[in-house]
Amino acid sequence: MASKGIKDAVAIVGMGCTRFGERWESSTDDLLLEAVGEALGSAGVERDDVDAWWLGTLGSGQSGLTLSRPLGIDYKPVTRVENYCATGSESFRNACYAVASGAYDRVMAVGVEKLKDSGFSGLLRADPPSDGTAAELSLTAPAAFSLLDPAYTAKYGVDPAVMREAMTHVAWKNHVNGARNPKAQFRKEVSRETIEGALKVAGRLGVFDCSGVSDGAAAAMIVRAEDAYDYTDRPIFVKALALASGPMRGGLDPAYDFTSFPEVVHSAADAYAQAGITDPRSELSLAEVHDCFTPTEIVLMEDLGFADRGQAWKDGLAGDFDLGGRMPVNVDGGLKSFGHPVGASGLRMLYEAWLQLRGEAGERQLADPRLALTHNLGGRPGGCVSFVSVVGNQRG
Amino acid sequence: MGLLAYGAYLPSYRLGSDSGVRGTRVVASFDEDATTMAVEAARGLAGHAPGSLWWASTSPPYLDKTNASAVHAALRLPSAVPAADLIGSARSTFAGMRAAVASGGLVVAADVRVGKPGSADEKTGGDGAAALLFGAGDAIAEVLGMVSETLEVLDRWRDPQRTTGEQWEERFGFEQYADLVRGVAARLLDEAGLAEADHVVVTSGNSGITKRAGALVKGALSSSGSPIGFSGAVDPLLGLAAVLDVAGPGETVLVLSAVDGCDGMLLRATDRLVSRRAARSVADQLAGGRPIPHLTYLSWRGLVERELPRRPEPDRPAGPPSARAGAWKFGFAGSRCTACGFVHVPPLRVCRSCSAVDAMETVSLADRTGTVATFTIDRLAFSPSPPVVDVVVDFEGGGRTTLEVADADPERVDVGSEVSLVFRRLFTAGAVHNYFWKARVR
Repeated sequence: MASKGIKDAVAIVGMGCTRFGERWESSTDDLLLEAVGEALGSAGVERDDVDAWWLGTLGSGQSGLTLSRPLGIDYKPVTRVENYCATGSESFRNACYAVASGAYDRVMAVGVEKLKDSGFSGLLRADPPSDGTAAELSLTAPAAFSLLDPAYTAKYGVDPAVMREAMTHVAWKNHVNGARNPKAQFRKEVSRETIEGALKVAGRLGVFDCSGVSDGAAAAMIVRAEDAYDYTDRPIFVKALALASGPMRGGLDPAYDFTSFPEVVHSAADAYAQAGITDPRSELSLAEVHDCFTPTEIVLMEDLGFADRGQAWKDGLAGDFDLGGRMPVNVDGGLKSFGHPVGASGLRMLYEAWLQLRGEAGERQLADPRLALTHNLGGRPGGCVSFVSVVGNQRG
Repeated sequence: MGLLAYGAYLPSYRLGSDSGVRGTRVVASFDEDATTMAVEAARGLAGHAPGSLWWASTSPPYLDKTNASAVHAALRLPSAVPAADLIGSARSTFAGMRAAVASGGLVVAADVRVGKPGSADEKTGGDGAAALLFGAGDAIAEVLGMVSETLEVLDRWRDPQRTTGEQWEERFGFEQYADLVRGVAARLLDEAGLAEADHVVVTSGNSGITKRAGALVKGALSSSGSPIGFSGAVDPLLGLAAVLDVAGPGETVLVLSAVDGCDGMLLRATDRLVSRRAARSVADQLAGGRPIPHLTYLSWRGLVERELPRRPEPDRPAGPPSARAGAWKFGFAGSRCTACGFVHVPPLRVCRSCSAVDAMETVSLADRTGTVATFTIDRLAFSPSPPVVDVVVDFEGGGRTTLEVADADPERVDVGSEVSLVFRRLFTAGAVHNYFWKARVR
């Protein structure tokens, strides 16, 4: 493994996250001010105490000016990053490295997305001029991820009706969790009948198998680990940051069977090595994963090592990943119920880790969590970028 | 110069009975046009390396830009083969036949015929394509003669800005054409020293002529018109193709087209015809077909506007990337690694399997079959006719890619389905037609 990692070199000492949802009343600027204001307040610092800024957004603005203009940041470095749906995590990863490098002592990672101003359903693409032949130009995200379902059932001999139940369980669970989250887009439990009977979007995926299209922003204040207790008595330490960008072989190679994301397997192995984790199932207290569509979460449980190959559907139905299960997954509601404002999502996952590891998650609070994993994915089966982080509430 | 090969293509859709149509009205799918159908009709013939390509149509997808060049590219013809459009009226086809006979060339005609809702053109026209390849060598039919008469007449016309046209009363046109048709037939037969032809095909945009074709000029064995109704520029070629599907060795075929005059060609089948008929006969293609509701058909032709998924319209394809990717976009050429054999669709420079750089050879997969590895029905994607069905295709001999399904019947697509490729128009944006290949379930 080529990564050396920066285990325990940096810490999160403040975070902010807006309510996600159809924020018709709020502009991108408003969302940024809301998330950054909460993060600054939570760390007890002023805007001008921040030495450098990272901003992640897929399409709600370009350049660092998207952040420096609404906040009125005076001549500090602001870097805008984009890495598909892993954009928010990418903002965080690079901000952490900036502190670890010694270049800055106090850095803010921000992510934002304003999706609901377009008037269209789902995500929009901003592709460069092309010859018009790429399947991704027309095939929508739900369609691309719906390919997992028939491939998985065929490979592992799962009765399609049972696979449907397993997919429904993912949506049901994440709605149960989201109902207990005041910042979630959908704060309502949804019956299994409603989930299964929903209007079909692509393949067997109905609207309740898809993440919420929403507006939102989130932010994290990052400092040197040795300074962390100057800001808070409960900092969160960064144990691992891994990113894997795939060669997009799956779409070209008949050997690829659409039941795994090799990028996730690689990024998880890298993250576990950095964090010194040998048994993620027993060492991790919770995981926030990229449940963009229900079958994605099932496959991720296997790629992240939370379930054996071909078993995640069964483990999920058994409640292993529920709030009270052996490995709670997406306890904040996930992309499904919290919503998926692309550039904010990776930081939103860290926000739940922050709350849980500090004991501030309210009625979702898990008992004595120590280590949390976040997993954020951009792209589609056959070719994606995958981010995995591990954060913990103890240094060393 | 003789006829070396012929081919015909009929789309698989039929206008549904809710339109009031009686009989069979062959209609092109929303993603077909006179360019894509020409490719399908001529695909099987291009192996003979034509000296020139003449594309005839009354429904050209482009003006100012040559349509034949896309057909030329999809057929993967050498750049030194000239390709040109002959557009406007059904008469253009005979001009193409004349040019192809003279120089040893491929003439292909294709048309999407549109009529006003409820009109005779809507009900009795037909969409399709047909191709003839002429050249030196072992012909399947000899050309015994060609004759033309020209007449300025207001029988059928169309405002270039409109998709639907006008006709004068059919009896007027009939009277104008009838003597010309008889005269052209007589001249051709006289010059060949024949009393009559074995098979006679008479086509015309004037229904009076086509209704009375058998009475005007009778064939000893058969008298026929267009197999699908008035199909514009395709008519004479399609009528001839249908006869060549069944004609015996030594039998003569007289093709007459009455459009602003009369053109005629007389041919005699050789012994080789029987073993070199088109792979799919006109009759086979005409049989079956899938009916579509009238409203769907009208939306395909832009005569009604339907509510589409709440998704943005796609960007127009860009010129420079399309030019750089020409062999891929039009010829479906991938790249095969000479070091390890891994096939890349679309072509790549760095091997996905062994990482060799620039060790690729070009390989066209347009004529390969493949199997469906997995598939989905996308109800959200933009399409002129949702939903989109997409398949991941693994090609015989290597290579995988994701393609839209043409003429999709979701019930007939499954993992393991066998598919072949067809040339279609994915969408049109900014008046640019996005031509590419789709998978079609066999």
